Order: sequence, then C-alpha cells, then structure tokens
Amino acid sequence: MSAGFLRPGAEAIAEKGWLLAHKWLILRRASQIGILLLFLVGPWFKWWIVKGNLNYSYTLDFLPLTDAFQFVQLLAARQIPETIAIIGAGLVVLFYWLVGGRTYCSWVCPVNLVTDLANWLRARLGLKGGAHLSRQTRYWIFGMALVATALSGTLVWEMVNPVTLLQRGLIFGMGFAWTVILAVFLFDLFVMRHGWCGHFCPVGVCYSLIGKFSLLRVKLPAREACNDCMDCFAVCPEQQVIRPALKAINGRAPIILDENCTNCGRCIDVCSKNVFRFGARIGAATGAGAVAPLPK
Amino acid sequence: MDNENKLRVKGPGSARRQFPADTARMACGVGLLGLGLSLYARHAKALPPAAIRPPGAIPEAEFSAACIRCGMCVRDCPFDILLLAKPEEPMSTGTPYFVARQAPCEMCEDIPCIKACPTNALDHSLTDITKSKMGLAVLVDQETCLNFLGLRCDICYRVCPVLDKAITLDPQNNLRTGKHTLFIPVVHSEHCTGCGLCEKACPTEIAAIKVFPLYLAKGQLSAHYRLGWVEKEKAGGSLVAPDVEHQYNMPEGMQYEHGKGLSAVPPAPISPVEPVGLPKAFQGGKL
Repeated sequence: MSAGFLRPGAEAIAEKGWLLAHKWLILRRASQIGILLLFLVGPWFKWWIVKGNLNYSYTLDFLPLTDAFQFVQLLAARQIPETIAIIGAGLVVLFYWLVGGRTYCSWVCPVNLVTDLANWLRARLGLKGGAHLSRQTRYWIFGMALVATALSGTLVWEMVNPVTLLQRGLIFGMGFAWTVILAVFLFDLFVMRHGWCGHFCPVGVCYSLIGKFSLLRVKLPAREACNDCMDCFAVCPEQQVIRPALKAINGRAPIILDENCTNCGRCIDVCSKNVFRFGARIGAATGAGAVAPLPK
Repeated sequence: MDNENKLRVKGPGSARRQFPADTARMACGVGLLGLGLSLYARHAKALPPAAIRPPGAIPEAEFSAACIRCGMCVRDCPFDILLLAKPEEPMSTGTPYFVARQAPCEMCEDIPCIKACPTNALDHSLTDITKSKMGLAVLVDQETCLNFLGLRCDICYRVCPVLDKAITLDPQNNLRTGKHTLFIPVVHSEHCTGCGLCEKACPTEIAAIKVFPLYLAKGQLSAHYRLGWVEKEKAGGSLVAPDVEHQYNMPEGMQYEHGKGLSAVPPAPISPVEPVGLPKAFQGGKL
C-alpha cells in the first residue's frame, strides 16, 4: 500500500478520537456477539435466558420471537404455525419497523461478522475488482426460494441458508455447516465485494421489505458540510443508498430512505464532518418532502 | 474489427433491449439455482431408517414444511435425546430426530417436546403419549434374537412401557430340543409407540429388535381385502351358507374318507336323492 494512502476513517479518528470514530461499530459488535452469547449461555452453562435459535426463540419463558423470513417460508409451504409463533412474528415485524428493517443484518445476524471480516481482510490485502452482479439478484433469489418452497412443499432455502446454518451450528452442533460459512467467507473475500449480504441473501431482502417503512433512519442534517472525502462510501456495505440523500439527487431530503440501508452506523463513525446521525423518519429535520419523490 | 466496433456502439434502442435481456439472464440463473436446490431438498426429504421423529410428528412429507427448525423440542426434552439434523445428514437440515439405539424416547406423560413446538410440526392435539406413533418396533433378526434361540431373555418385553400390549410373548414349540418352549416376542402395531426402549435395551451386539419409521415398518392390506372371519362376525353368520362340502371325483364304486382313505362304496338301496353340497342359490333358494 502506498505511503500516502489514508485508511477510511483516519480523518475522523484524528478529528474525533478513536473511540468516537468507532462508537457504532463497537456497539454493533457488542450487539452481534451479545445476542449470540445469549443463545449460547443456555447450552454452555444451563442459564436458559433464551431457548431456541434465530428462527424461533423463547426468552425468559414469556417472549416469543419468530424470524420474519422463516415465517414467510412457512406460509409459502402452506403451513400455519401455532398462535405463539404468529405473535412472535408480529413482534419481530413491529420491532424492525421501529429500528429499521435491515438493522437485523448488521446488528443481529451472525453471518455479518463473517462477511465483515472478509471485507476487512479484502481491504487490508488490497484485493480489488472481482465479479459483478446486480444487487437485484437477491430479490430474485427471495422470490425463487418462496416459489420453490411452494412447489416442493419443503423449506428449500433452509437446506443452505448460511444465517440459520451458522447460528444453529454454534448452538446445537456445527457438523459440516462450517463449509458453507467458509464458502461465503471466501466468496466475499476473493470473488465479490459485499457478495453474500449485498447481492444474494434473501433473509436480508425480507427485512428490507419491513425496512421500506421503518422509523429509525440515518439522517444527514449537515450534508452541506460534506468535503467529498468518500470515507462513507468506502465503508458502506450498500453504497448505492448514500448518494441520493447526500447529494440531494432529484431534490431528496437529507435522510437515507433506501430499504437496503442496514443502519450499521459506520458512515456516522467515519465522517469527520459529522454529516450523519441516527434519527426518526418523521420530524422537523426532514420535513414533509422526505418521502415524496420529486419529478425528474 | 469494424463489425465488432459497430456492435459495441449503443444504439437508441439498446436500453430497451437491455432490460428484457437482463431479466432473462437473471430469471434463468436464479431459476437454475432454484432447480438445483429443489432437487437437493427432495433427496433429503425421505427420512433415513435410523432417524425417528419426536412424538406427535406429522407425516414426513409435511413435517419438513411445517418445522421451523428452532430446536425448542430439543431444549425441552428432559432426557436430552433429540438432535437437529446437520447439513451432511440425509434429511431436512435443522429438523429434530432421535436415534433409538443411542437414546430412546422415555415417553414423558406431559410430552414437553410437543408443548414447546411453536408450529404444527408436532401435533398439539396429541395429549396421551401412549397414542403416539413415532415409529414401529420390528424384530428384524430372528437368527440372533435370544428368545428365538430358546433363551428367556425377554428384555424387550420387560422394558416396553406399554407392557404386555405392544410386545407379547407367543409360546411356540422348540423343535430343536423337542421339549422346551420358545417365547417369541411379537410386536403389535396397534399399541407400539415406536419409543425405541426395546431397541436400546436389546442385549445383543447389534439390536435384533429395531424401531423404524412407520413408512418402512408397516405394511397395508389392499382396500378391497376383507377378512372372512371378521365379516362373518359382523354379519352374525356365514354369508355363503351352507358351506360347500368337498366333493371328490372318484372312480365309480369307490369313496374317500379322511383318515381311512380310499374304499369301495358299500352297496346301498338306491333312492332318489336331492343334490347336496350346493349353495342355496343353485338350489333355487334365496340368499
């Protein structure tokens, strides 16, 4: 790497200090690992705070939570689960409607730890290029998974879903599930940047559909302060979501409304000009124009 | 070269052509992926013989669609017998099963695994564990079963939680010694729950009695079959009365009697005799 190259966020570290320039990243890792540990202390120490796994869990013997994509797959297979699982799905949809749909991806999903590691290593090793594919692919896969499930009468995607394979593997026994996870890691590292989470994963698609209407968003109250350092683009796993809001494309309001923003908060961390912050979709800062797309 | 360059220049209609082309490419690629996955899932849909589903499991074809693969049944099983299928195992990944020889179902009266299930994969209407049909025990090896060899092992009979109903001992002559009795274990599918305690307890190196999923272990009569003695009981009497007496075609003047064998017909005064041994229908009577 050339001597003059500054890693994304270097300016922010100089400006705000290391801790503030990694605030949301640290919180996010704490959330991902913490949730995983909540599931693991049961089988490890018999502290049954949470039973089950991300597909369906039962917390402290009163809180049922059902994964939205699992629920949709069950419906596609023409199966109606018990009331408790329907309540669980309702709670999950409500929660992610509040905190942002793909918040699941960056704050909960264990595969994100794997793909983030691959992406970090990719940057450190200076690996450039690789295969290109439309980010729309994931919507096709989402549709395919449901159609194949409806036609075959079995949850087809669950045979290979790395999200559930990894988490279930850690809690109930891994078997050869690690091979799928390794494949995802190597794919993201060598073949395609942000390959799995950004192009293929239908679980993310399901949560992004909730996120279309969700409340918590990244806002850009100080977008005029942007000095075009491109650090936010460098760290964002869904780069296409930033530009319309940051550069006021078609007169967009200063709020990221794209359903594929994962609310990971890395843009907030790495911006030395404090352009970004979390905020509610509604409110004075965005104004009424926030959701109205303007004519071309 | 010229031609190639011409092709690269985007004409006014290229965007219009690009969209259907991209869509077709995507549909084909993802469609192929879906086909491959469906075939893979189909292979994994049949349950391997040693894998027994928890009590109340709905038929296998629907089970893999209804199960949310959360492992709640695994957690609430007080004997920790249940496992979740790993990707390399030839069944739907993440679905629960147990292996009777390793750890059989202890048949809890309150059936906690069913209570824990958030879907209908385990049938919540099952409240009596003795009515469950996890599988069916089959005495697979008569050559190694100790009772078949003439010993009074009887272990499978003794450990059965549905004692003297699911497994009975059927006394038969021991032809080898000529003076002893073989106590043959017989499984009755009406009462067997498929818990697998018998398979676990079988003392031979490899179990002589094994539990299999019902689809492997149970036969079925064709729908049109009727059991004569059952129908007779239902009707309160024979439906083809009177029974036809067996008739022999004998050389003239000879007769055959069971036990005695062939003999000459004793001369008898000849008188007109009504035909016997024919069903009523042939005699002009009504059934």
